[in-house]
Order: sequence, then C-alpha cells, then structure tokens
Amino acid sequence: MNTPSDHIIRSYDDELKRLTGEIVRMGEIAIAQIEGAVDVVERRDSRAAERVVANDDAIDQLEASVSHDVLLLLARRQPMARDLREILAALRIAADIERIGDYAANVAKRSMALNINAPIAPVHSLPALAEAASGLLADVLKAYRDGDSELARQVWERDADLDALYTALFRELLTYMMEDPRNITSATHLLFMAKNFERIGDHATNIAENVWFLATGEPLSEARQKGDLTASPELQPHA
Amino acid sequence: MSATPRIHTRSESGEPVAAAGIGAVKIDVRELNFYYGRFQALKNVSIEIPARQVTAFIGPSGCGKSTLLRTFNRMFEIYPDQRAEGRIVVDGEDILKSRRDVALIRARIGMVFQKPTPFPMSIHENIAFGIRLYEKLSKAEIAVRVESALTRAALWDEVKDKLQQTGTSLSGGQQQRLCIARAVAIRPEIILLDEPCSALDPISTAKVEELIEELKNDYTVVIVTHNMQQAARVSDRTAFMYMGELVEYGPTEGIFTRPARKQTEDYITGRFG
Repeated sequence: MNTPSDHIIRSYDDELKRLTGEIVRMGEIAIAQIEGAVDVVERRDSRAAERVVANDDAIDQLEASVSHDVLLLLARRQPMARDLREILAALRIAADIERIGDYAANVAKRSMALNINAPIAPVHSLPALAEAASGLLADVLKAYRDGDSELARQVWERDADLDALYTALFRELLTYMMEDPRNITSATHLLFMAKNFERIGDHATNIAENVWFLATGEPLSEARQKGDLTASPELQPHA
Repeated sequence: MSATPRIHTRSESGEPVAAAGIGAVKIDVRELNFYYGRFQALKNVSIEIPARQVTAFIGPSGCGKSTLLRTFNRMFEIYPDQRAEGRIVVDGEDILKSRRDVALIRARIGMVFQKPTPFPMSIHENIAFGIRLYEKLSKAEIAVRVESALTRAALWDEVKDKLQQTGTSLSGGQQQRLCIARAVAIRPEIILLDEPCSALDPISTAKVEELIEELKNDYTVVIVTHNMQQAARVSDRTAFMYMGELVEYGPTEGIFTRPARKQTEDYITGRFG
C-alpha cells in the first residue's frame, strides 16, 4: 500500500500532498542547517553562525503550518486508516524536525562562544558526527517521501553508529580536559555540540519509527542496541 | 425470554463457539447465501457475532449489509421470491430452520429501521402494544414497563408529560428513540439497527449513539450504518461487506486504523477501488 489510489474527493489528495510537501521542505532546511552549523564551527565564522541561528525561524514557521493543516484535515476529512496514520505521522515528524532545527541552531550559537578561545584539536572530529546526523535525516526523509519502511528501519538501526562516534568523541574530550584544565571551557562547548548531533540522531530515529508506523500500521518496537555508553560507569574519570 | 446470553457450545463438535477471543457468540452465521429471485445478494457469508457487544456492518449501497441484518429475524420472509440458505444459529438454534412461531423469534430479536416508524397511536400505546402481545400484565405493570423502556431509550424526560399524545407528533429524533424504546420494551436479546441515524440531526444522532453504548450492557447490538465515523465510535467489532461478500471482520480499532484488506482501506478512506 505504498502508493494508495486517489481519493474520490480530489481536494483531499491536494491537502495531503501539501502536508507531505511541508514536511519534506522542513527536512531539507534542517539538513542545510546541520551542514551550515558544522561549517561555521570549522571556519570559526561568527557572522555566518548568526545567520544559521536566524534561519531556524523558517523551520518553526513550517511546523506551525503543518499543525494548522493537520487541524483542518482532522476537522474536514475525519481521516481513517492510512490517511489517519499519515496525518498523525506528519504531526509527530514535524515536531521532531523542529527539534532537530533547534539543535543545529544551538551548535551554531555555541560556535560563537568557541571562537572566543583558541582552537582545540578535537573540533576536527565534529564534522564526522554532523555528517552521520545529516545522513540519517536525509535517508529517513527519503523513506518518508517514498513510503519505504525498510529504509526507515535501516536508519533506525544506523543511529547506533552515530552514538558510537559520539562516545568516541566524548572519550577524546575527556582526555583533553584531564591533560590540561585550560581546555575545559572549549572542550565543554564542544561536548555540548557533539551531544546536539547525537540528539539529532535520536530524533531521526523517532521519525523512522513514524515512517514505519505510517507504512505498516504497526509500531517499530524491537529493543534497539543502545550505542551511547557515556552514561556508563567505566567512562567516568575516577570510576 | 431472558436477556442473559448463554455461553453455549457447538452441538456437532462440542467445541466452544467462543473462538478467536471475541467472547460468547450470540449469532453464528454459517455459509449463508441469500437470493432475491435469481439475484444472489449474499455469497457464502460466515460470521460470529459476539454477545453484549456492538457489531457494525459497513459497506457501499447494495453490498448486502441490510439484507444480512434482515435475515437475522427472518424479516425477508414477508416478501415472495426471497430465500436464505445456510445457517443462522442463535443460542444453539438455527433460526432459519426453526419451526417456532416467527413472531417469537422477532420478539427475541428486535429491529429498528432507517426511518422512524411510530404507530399512529399514543406514545404510551406505541410501547404498551408490543408488550401486551407477549405478556399478560396489569395496567400498572405495563405503565412501569413503558416508563422503564422510555427511560432506557433516553426519552422519558422529554415525553413523560405527554404520554397520551400521538407518537407521530414527536420530532424525528424522538420518534426514532420511541422506536428503540418499543424494541427494548419487549425485552429482546438482540437489537438490530438498520441505519438508525441516517434521518436524524447531529444532536439526535448523539443521543441514539449514547443509547447504543447503554444498550450493549444488556443486549447484543448489530448496527448497519453508512456513517463510518459512527461505526468507529459505537462499535466493538466492524464487518466490511462488498458485493454480497464479507471482506473483512475484526475489532473496530483495527479496521479503522490498519485494515488488512486493500478493498476495506479504499472504502473507508474514500478512494477509488
């Protein structure tokens, strides 16, 4: 049922298409924001960082349109079955992308603080995280657009890789801070930025669950391997 | 004439009919075929309808849902050229083969139609009439039964001061609730509702739906409706019929959120099949 036939009422199809379009557009902006955020970190460009922060408005506005459209669709169409799942999924996915946008803006904002101090080497590990995060988002959006539950499931599993990257960077930063306490300020900012990318992965996973539900009508509930080990005792400095 | 559904067993095998987790089965339809003359309106329909739950039948016009409903109390027999083959077992008895007076079957299985059909007599008589057909009661006892039926149908407060007025003087929604009260008054076990709200405004519809919710505590309710939201709201199980066949049957929640068959999906989402 990936390509359902048309509704008898054509305007219903138009409204659903509009909703899907808004979600895809939100996702595209969010991907650009992730790329922009990591770019301003690498280039230490505070002015460009401000632009990334300001661009988040576009995502927020689209989220507001999605909420508005969902409200109207529910009121007008009393959706059933796949239509109902599609509308519910759109509302949830929009909320996840909105959060992703916030995380990207946070990275850009924090980069301005990072630029006050001298650069530290682990900054070069950040693009790998950003790339993994935007890759997950791009693929889960493709899965959404194509109604591809299998691709959604893959994204859901691949989040573990991003968690592993985050854990590695966490260890690296811990070492830096222990070596020289003067690194602590920059390393802490960097740690938060890394955590933002890691959280983007979690939201991509949420989206994957919604795409799965939309396509199959069932929850994607198998227990996922937890890849983020930074909360475990063996990674604490004095444990 | 007890309203208590019995948990019975299938006589041939002794296996409990309460299969598939639906609880006690009240109406067990097996391989039912129905003909209007040469036209076959029901094709090999088998379905188990649980006791004290609401079962909804949905499907496009002409799919056979009303026909099926009308077989449950042998209503079709009043027309020539109509015949049913198969079995409809209610509490262990095949009502199609039953030699009992058909009026007694209909007393156990009440029916409410699309258009309200009050008798051209007083509100009180509309209900008392049916009771007197089956029971010998005093005037006082009948008055109690009339009040109880009208209360059950959520109509008592609106008509208690005008019981001697004619039933046809009521509004459409009130007339329909009067018909439900009339069905309830003779204490049936099963209530069949054939599009009971299609001629009613939203407020009357809400009152009838509220009533259906109440009725299922004591009765097995079967409703045919064109309003899918209504089926989703009031029923525990939903059956989708198409061109005389039972396409899909299951818990209402599943039918309206993730139907198994594409035909069902297309119908309930309003798509071209």
